[in-house]
Amino acid sequence: MADTERIAVVRERFDATASLLRGKLGSDVFTTSTFRDNCRLIASSDKVYVILEACKLHGFDMLADMSGADYLHYPDAKDRYGVWYCLVNTSTGERVIVKTYVNDPNPTLPSVYGLWKGCDWMEREVYDMYGIEFKGHPDLRRILLPDEFSSFPLRKDYPMRGKGERHNFNPILRSES
Amino acid sequence: MAIEPMEGIVLTQLDHLANWVRKNSLWPMPFATACCGIELMATGASRHDIARFGSEAMRFTPRQCDLMIVAGRVVMKMVPVMQRIWLQMPEPKWCISMGACASSGGVFDTYAVVQGIDRFIPVDIYVPGCPPRPEQLIQAVLDIQDKIKRTGTLFAREFKNRSTFEGPRLNPATIPASERMIAPGNYETATRLQD
Amino acid sequence: MPLELADAIALPDSPEKDYLYTLNFGPQHPATHTTLRLILTLDGETIVRAVPDIGYLHSGFEKLGEHLDFNQYVTIVDRMNYISPVANEIAWHNAVEKLLGIELTPRAKYIRTIFAELSRIHDHLLCCGAAALDLGGFTAFLYAFYQREKIYDIQETAAGQRFHPSFTRVGGLMRDVDDDWIAKVRTFVKEFPKAHSDVRRLLDRNRIFIERTQGIGVLTKEMAINMSVTGPLARSAGVVRDLRKDEPYLAYGDLAGAFKVVCATDGDCFSRYLVRMEEMLHSLNIINAAIENLPTGPVNVDANSKVVLPNQMSVYRSIEGLIHHFELIMTNRQWKSPVEECYAATESANGELAFYVVGDGSGTAYRARTRPPAFIHFQLFPYLMQGHQLSDVVAVLGSLNIIAAELDR
Repeated sequence: MADTERIAVVRERFDATASLLRGKLGSDVFTTSTFRDNCRLIASSDKVYVILEACKLHGFDMLADMSGADYLHYPDAKDRYGVWYCLVNTSTGERVIVKTYVNDPNPTLPSVYGLWKGCDWMEREVYDMYGIEFKGHPDLRRILLPDEFSSFPLRKDYPMRGKGERHNFNPILRSES
Repeated sequence: MAIEPMEGIVLTQLDHLANWVRKNSLWPMPFATACCGIELMATGASRHDIARFGSEAMRFTPRQCDLMIVAGRVVMKMVPVMQRIWLQMPEPKWCISMGACASSGGVFDTYAVVQGIDRFIPVDIYVPGCPPRPEQLIQAVLDIQDKIKRTGTLFAREFKNRSTFEGPRLNPATIPASERMIAPGNYETATRLQD
Repeated sequence: MPLELADAIALPDSPEKDYLYTLNFGPQHPATHTTLRLILTLDGETIVRAVPDIGYLHSGFEKLGEHLDFNQYVTIVDRMNYISPVANEIAWHNAVEKLLGIELTPRAKYIRTIFAELSRIHDHLLCCGAAALDLGGFTAFLYAFYQREKIYDIQETAAGQRFHPSFTRVGGLMRDVDDDWIAKVRTFVKEFPKAHSDVRRLLDRNRIFIERTQGIGVLTKEMAINMSVTGPLARSAGVVRDLRKDEPYLAYGDLAGAFKVVCATDGDCFSRYLVRMEEMLHSLNIINAAIENLPTGPVNVDANSKVVLPNQMSVYRSIEGLIHHFELIMTNRQWKSPVEECYAATESANGELAFYVVGDGSGTAYRARTRPPAFIHFQLFPYLMQGHQLSDVVAVLGSLNIIAAELDR
């Protein structure tokens, strides 16, 4: 089956990349895991910038995606928030996902704006939705929700229907408009 | 023999004239936010051609329009903008709430989406569908023409009578007081630059 | 102090900035098509700085994705990029099937490929038509929209809804297509090139259109890569990257001979238009190859695998069918997703449309992250607008093809 072949190739390449990065950064900086064709480097939040920098030097020149999740009710989760960076090497098509975890209070991560400018709005969105701060981001403020909004809606302890913000406006009557 | 019309008759006839003029040249203001906006475009495009019913003159400034078509969901951040646009339209004016999202929130029962624009502005016609087919929108335009014919008056007296809130009642009991929050929203400043 | 853009374009460093003029653009403006807002700082008619302000259509898609199961959420992703809805469905179920480890039947793969390509044409038609409309060419828009109606008809024939078909399901499709649908697709394949060349003849050598798009909003290759740009935008800037070729999914592996990756080097609005127009013809070739080689057989994976709903007859007539149906419908049973997460990308009309699905063992995603191309492309806007005229705003907006619902989700 073509798909399994492709996954085998992807994993082989990933192993080579991971061992190269290990040689550069030391063997205990990250752990690896794979699922289907997704290959992940998992690191703690203080090491993640070093790894991303090394990845960029290794040729991962595009940050395809970056986002996070709140693992509050997740089975066997130890940390509250996870943040992932999906990197692509545009010349070889290789992909790698760098994953890290942060915790309350004051979840903070270093910004990768210096490496990939594309992270600008993605980091702002993560800040908007989860309240994770990115140190070094030039313009960290809410992007999708209004500035006055005080909650972080994608956190698991925020109800789906909100806390009444959506209907907190004055109606206009027909006779007065 | 002097012909003196009885009081009221002249007014009624002028009403008819005004209604006839108004109903056949509705200028829609497409307040298109989401998917329904594309169906609104389809209504104006080749196959459905809303020009057959005298409503093809879409103007994108509220000051030249008399029919606001709210097409698509309206979210928290957009409500002040919508209210402001509604206030900018000159009388007489009507409003069509196009699609499930504008009428009731539709499938989006989330923290950000307003559950029906009639909570914040007066609505004349609701169009069901997600999104409604162009035929349905054309039917709504015909309905509003009919409504203008039936209820319109020269000096827009019928609007003055609508002085009560027409939307659904909020049910504050669903959210405990400790959970409620003060949210943004001031249509006077919402689209201004803040400094 | 919300409306500042950090380092993108600093204001001229002069003590007297009185000559600068601030213009609010949107959120209700015809050229934004939906709801975008730009704060433009102008020096005369030249744009000194453009700051996008988004979120006027943020409706909590991703929160809904955590509350609806894999099949229910497809109706929501439909409404994300509403000018090519099926592409979203395919991307979503591609991610879910990757998470659950389901291999589709060949027929389902081919039908999904046809739909993916139809929605690419769908999207490009509106993008090119509306870009022309904004620049004053109303006729091209009407031609383009008439072809869109044909595609609406095809969707309606297959799924019953013309706009948001919600046609895909986990492990297959809502229902199989019939001969009527195949005939309609064949007719479309036959008739589309004429309409396509009509649009091209209206715009390709149109002096006004060229003057207003050539050399406007130039995107360089380095910038495209650094700013995460994908899809036609990146290809028009010289990035040779197309997930249909690089990471073939669905039936693109089989149909690789039917299409080429369309690229340009200039990176301006005009080359984006040309790339889109040319891509439509290659999409048409894929559709043609797929419809002529449409495999027979079932459209859903085997019902015994307990990932697809069994057909109606077996639900009514057999106890196994009834149980399978119940197992998928009851909220405490459903699919057993692995406690894992996966990123699955597809090449949608706008670029890399991907979902990052986190499974927690239930039939509902724990987290359903979308990678929306429009969101990532709109970051470019301040950089592309630098030094251009006010009237170029609509040209660049039209060529970026920003869909507000996908932008804000």
